[in-house]
Amino acid sequence: MSAATRAGPVLAADGTPLKRSLARALRMQKIRALLLVAPLLVFVLITFVTPIGQMLFRSVENDLVADTLPLTVAALADWDASAGELPEEPVFNALARDMIVAVREKNHTKLGTRLNYERTGMSSLFRKSGRQISRWDPEEDAPFRERLIDVHEGWGEIDTWKTIQTHSRRLTPGYFLNAVDMQLTPDGPMAQPESKRILIKLFGRTVWMSLVITVTCIILAYPVAYLLANLPLRKSNLLLIMVLLPFWTSLLVRTSAWKVLLQQQGVINDTLVWLGLVADEARLVMINNQFGTIVAMTHILLPFMILPIYSVMRTIPPAYVRAAKSLGATDWTAFWRVYFPQSVPGIGAGSILVFILAIGYYITPEIVGGTKGVFISNRIAYHISFSLNWGLAAALGTILLVAVLILYWCYDRIVGIDNVKLG
Amino acid sequence: MVSSDIDSAFVEFDHVQKSYDGETLVVKNLNLSMAKGEFLTMLGPSGSGKTTCLMMLAGFETATHGDIRLGGVSINNISPHKRGIGMVFQNYALFPHMTVAENLSFPLDVRRMPKAEREEKVMRALDMVQMGEFGGRRPAQLSGGQQQRIALARALVFEAELVLMDEPLGALDKQLREHMQFEIKHIVDGLGITVVYVTHDQTEALTMSDRVAVFNDGVIQQIAAPDELYERPRNSFVAQFIGENNTLTGSVTKIEEGAAEVTLDDGEVIDTVPVNVSAVGDRTRVSIRPERVEFDLSRLPPGAHTVNAEVMEFIYMGDTFRTRLRVAGNDEFIAKTRNAPGQNRLRPGAKLKIGWHPQDCRALDA
Repeated sequence: MSAATRAGPVLAADGTPLKRSLARALRMQKIRALLLVAPLLVFVLITFVTPIGQMLFRSVENDLVADTLPLTVAALADWDASAGELPEEPVFNALARDMIVAVREKNHTKLGTRLNYERTGMSSLFRKSGRQISRWDPEEDAPFRERLIDVHEGWGEIDTWKTIQTHSRRLTPGYFLNAVDMQLTPDGPMAQPESKRILIKLFGRTVWMSLVITVTCIILAYPVAYLLANLPLRKSNLLLIMVLLPFWTSLLVRTSAWKVLLQQQGVINDTLVWLGLVADEARLVMINNQFGTIVAMTHILLPFMILPIYSVMRTIPPAYVRAAKSLGATDWTAFWRVYFPQSVPGIGAGSILVFILAIGYYITPEIVGGTKGVFISNRIAYHISFSLNWGLAAALGTILLVAVLILYWCYDRIVGIDNVKLG
Repeated sequence: MVSSDIDSAFVEFDHVQKSYDGETLVVKNLNLSMAKGEFLTMLGPSGSGKTTCLMMLAGFETATHGDIRLGGVSINNISPHKRGIGMVFQNYALFPHMTVAENLSFPLDVRRMPKAEREEKVMRALDMVQMGEFGGRRPAQLSGGQQQRIALARALVFEAELVLMDEPLGALDKQLREHMQFEIKHIVDGLGITVVYVTHDQTEALTMSDRVAVFNDGVIQQIAAPDELYERPRNSFVAQFIGENNTLTGSVTKIEEGAAEVTLDDGEVIDTVPVNVSAVGDRTRVSIRPERVEFDLSRLPPGAHTVNAEVMEFIYMGDTFRTRLRVAGNDEFIAKTRNAPGQNRLRPGAKLKIGWHPQDCRALDA
């Protein structure tokens, strides 16, 4: 008996292995717990994870060419673009057949718009040819080679065909290349022309300004958090309400208020002119530029820095600073070597929070940023609602998401995520 | 010119008062002087002003009135970090982001001591508390008792002449606490430093101190050596607060030098030592320690008064017996007897006569 218990797995009273009987006992509990969270889980899955996943997928998805021009894509597969010759008649024939179908289903302009991202002129090529091709018959009007070049000289250009061939794959790195100021040309990835390179600069500016905002927030929040944690209860409660007050005001109202304050005919400029510190004709430009964005966003994100720092400071017993002083440390040494290191987790948490919020911020830069103070998110919004280049928007969004994740990972490696305290 | 009397005092509180709100005094007119090398305990219930006194001495609170002197020099306006007073805090206050060795070298570091000397002193301090191998650990990796030792070592490492301890053993369990009491006592005695120790645990105060100051209501009720305090309490607060105590109330009926006769409220007459009574007719509360109650009347001096008692409860405690009696209408009268051969185990309901030596019964304030 004792030998058996020593050798084999531990058994329950009825002889089943203890692990199995424990699992059975816990199963009901697990199922009940799962049922309780199921509604939320389903909700999050349907309304959050799925759309985001789809949106991210759009950054590489490229079905339009292959779906609209299936015969052409197949026919072009054998064509050697580097030979410098136009494709043969079968390719033109396939294109004509595809186009007839596409025009009937009104897909050809969509395709034109899509290919126009890659090569200017494609949009009008498809629109103009579409009108004529719709009247053709695939059998009687063949051959199509000369005919198509007649309709639009674009079909006689090798680059047109190269573009179609290059972008006929169902998954494309093209949007990501676009997002970093490059493009997928028939000859491989190339840098965009100088005039179109704005996205890398915008990414850089977004990161840089987010850093400036984070640092400004740390500098402004630290003393406030210290006061919150160390004032008598009644005063600190009042201060806390003042910190939280902006939360209860609409974001738009707060941002617009900064507009009122900062604009050239605004309160600050008027006061400065009235005091004679600034000449009337040399009013300061404080809005619709980076300065305006930094000021307004620092103000809006400040509570997200104050609260984590405060919650960490509240847990630091005053005995530590007293102990340091009794051991001979001056006020400054006691603060710097004993108090400050213990408040670092709060600064870390606040910085991550503020930086991540800032890097994807949209409304405030949109309102007060002008052209010099906008973020990458404003560009994403532009591609979503105006240029309708969702693929590029998705690629930009994916890069932003990955950048934040990398940053988080770095923070974890350097400081340790266990050190982050949010409350 | 200071008098020679003040010269010899190392720590001195001179008419010190403290108020936090400007309405009530937390410390009322405190006068206290300590010799060098003395171990003084401030004992009292919470809110009695003992911790405030300690904080004023450390410099974290300022006296509202009066003078605090250290080595004859007023330290009222000296900031805490310049006082050179070591301190052990209630929850140790070891810096959690530093190792044990870094904690210990902190006071040496802020004094800009060279590295080699620093390391040597840290090592010596760690050895003193038998924690030599723990220098590289973080405070969170140590047990309560170990943290306590490190806190002590840190307060001693910079060779302060005065060390303050604010309920340093409060967070430890009973057994460890008793062990640490002796350890602390041995270490500070060996170093010859002066200690001010704050506690609300009277056993701790009695076992460790050279002198104990009993605080209540912002006033020192009595300051004396432990045996003096226990055996000759000066008022009924001290008698109640230190050790176990039986009280009976009555009035003085006869008083002469060193002896007073008190008639208890039920009419019985006992012999007492007058402490806070001065005239016939004064109301008094008499105090008798449980272990001084005598069942064997033959051991009392001839002519001593005895009183009637009824046994309410007999409790067997191993080394001692506790007998709860009703004496003069008080059913909480405790008598403690040693578990010796032939010692009577009394049954509840038994009626008997008890007595005590007159010098063990003190007539205190009512």
